[in-house]
Amino acid sequence: MGNKYTGKTFIGEIFAILLGLVFLIPFYYLISNSLKPFAEILSNTSALPKVFMLDNYVNAFEKLDYLKVFTNSLIITVLSNIVLVVFCSMAAYMLVRTKKKISNIIFMTFVAAMIIPFQSIMIPLIKTAGNLGMLNSIWGLVIMYLGFGSGMTIFLYHGFIKGIPVELEEAAIIDGCSRFGVFWRIVFPLLKPITVTIVILNSLWIWNDYLLPSLVLQDPELRTIPLATFFFFGQYTKQWDLALAALVLGIIPLLIFFFSMQKHIIKGITSGSIK
Amino acid sequence: MKNQSELKSVEPTVIPNQTKQASVPFFKRKKLKDAGLFTLFVGPVLLAFAIIVLIPFFTGVYYAFTDWNGITGDIKWVGLDNFKYLFTEDKQFQASFLLTTKYTVVSILLTNLIGFGLALLVTQMLKTRNILRTIFFMPNMVGGLLLGFIWQFIFVKGFASLGQLTGIPFFELAWLGDQNTAFWGIVIVSVWQGAGYIMIIYIAALQNVPQELIEAAKIDGANRWQILRHITMPLVAPAVTICLFLTTASSFKIFDANLSLTGGGPFKSTEMLALNIYTEAFVNNRYGIGEAKALIFFIVVAAITVLQVTISKKREVES
Repeated sequence: MGNKYTGKTFIGEIFAILLGLVFLIPFYYLISNSLKPFAEILSNTSALPKVFMLDNYVNAFEKLDYLKVFTNSLIITVLSNIVLVVFCSMAAYMLVRTKKKISNIIFMTFVAAMIIPFQSIMIPLIKTAGNLGMLNSIWGLVIMYLGFGSGMTIFLYHGFIKGIPVELEEAAIIDGCSRFGVFWRIVFPLLKPITVTIVILNSLWIWNDYLLPSLVLQDPELRTIPLATFFFFGQYTKQWDLALAALVLGIIPLLIFFFSMQKHIIKGITSGSIK
Repeated sequence: MKNQSELKSVEPTVIPNQTKQASVPFFKRKKLKDAGLFTLFVGPVLLAFAIIVLIPFFTGVYYAFTDWNGITGDIKWVGLDNFKYLFTEDKQFQASFLLTTKYTVVSILLTNLIGFGLALLVTQMLKTRNILRTIFFMPNMVGGLLLGFIWQFIFVKGFASLGQLTGIPFFELAWLGDQNTAFWGIVIVSVWQGAGYIMIIYIAALQNVPQELIEAAKIDGANRWQILRHITMPLVAPAVTICLFLTTASSFKIFDANLSLTGGGPFKSTEMLALNIYTEAFVNNRYGIGEAKALIFFIVVAAITVLQVTISKKREVES
């Protein structure tokens, strides 16, 4: 933790940079080989591509039906986020402001259920979902994300709302504003920082989730990026040229999201984990 | 949005009533209105939560004691038979359980040691520390499924090529083709993914260590190791607890990377618990036994989490 840049710091710097390169090696192999023809991948895996060619990408883009799976992933993530933010912020607000036993019981149930691993729910859930007509439906999946995400989302909102003074709302109620209006016009705008954190954490989870959509969306038309990648890999086993290009296409949206939101993401993870 | 208009239309009729009527019905009416609002705000998510989480969880507990196969309608109560079967006959389940425990221990230790080391490194006055933080954290953005596939290529082709180039035996191992190295393959992927995440939490903790303390210790003649051991470590101890349990829960529940990297192979030798439950239910169609496994899985995860909460609460009180 020295404040001056000494010889020791320099050695540390070299070491850190080497370590950084080691961390990047998988990305190097992924990207450089995705630009090579199949024969070159086999003969010259570690080298840079002789010519940069995008044929693999064109091919994988078509075979994956990339635009469609990307849109599916986007629709599911956006809808789930909206539903989670709207209903969980409302619920958390009411649970904080209603000082009754029932509020406490409901809140504790949401928090306690966060322990339940997905595997302990999935078997009956898929059966129930089948009976309720929620399978093969984007809305069905969105409602499931509302259920699964509600624990953490309500928990984070609850903690944040507790710190907001009630006086503002009381003044608005005296002025004739309804509770509904008070929440959406006065309280909700104040929740922006925690909403950003919540949207980031939920987006990463939902965008990357494989197991739940694989059980719910059997129709190939509805596949998300992780689902499409999984089936693509099964179909083109060992066809690394196509598979690697498909993987790059799969991680590009995440990396763009990461680089544009880096500060928020890191803040979100720090605050999300400590609570 | 429909709700909003309903509320607005109700209010004007309520207010004149309140002024005219005696105080008892007024309170009753207010109470009713409050209950209505409470239902309006809390109801939708509570309903989704009950249908998606609570009801399936409790019916799942019930199914753990039955011979349900998911297809036929008649479900027979079999008592503890499923559990007896798991603990006496199902060798694959026992192997998965042990493997998952071993994996969890190894992965927690390595992820935390490396994550803490990275945090120490990038909180030094390095010129490249910001870009290094980004690099170390980046693997965490990509989901386990895609990472598993990426690493499948690295292990199969990348390592083979590095082995040819350098002649280092490490790269010439069979990796995913052998049960021991395949296990370490999963560990490598999860450490590579998780260390950056843990690093972020440790960085936050390290930045809260007061610089004056370290300066004072330096003046008193303490060396780097002594400062780390006696000043930094005790002050970041709460973060260590958080990270240990975060990694414990997530390691124990590993599924995606397991599925895409090894698929449980070779010959089911790297099949962790979550994948084992999945196969039992959706490949073998033995829902009753799958649920019994899921219940054991839940009990272990719940025990870890309850332990975590108790310990961190105790810490909070002490400090």
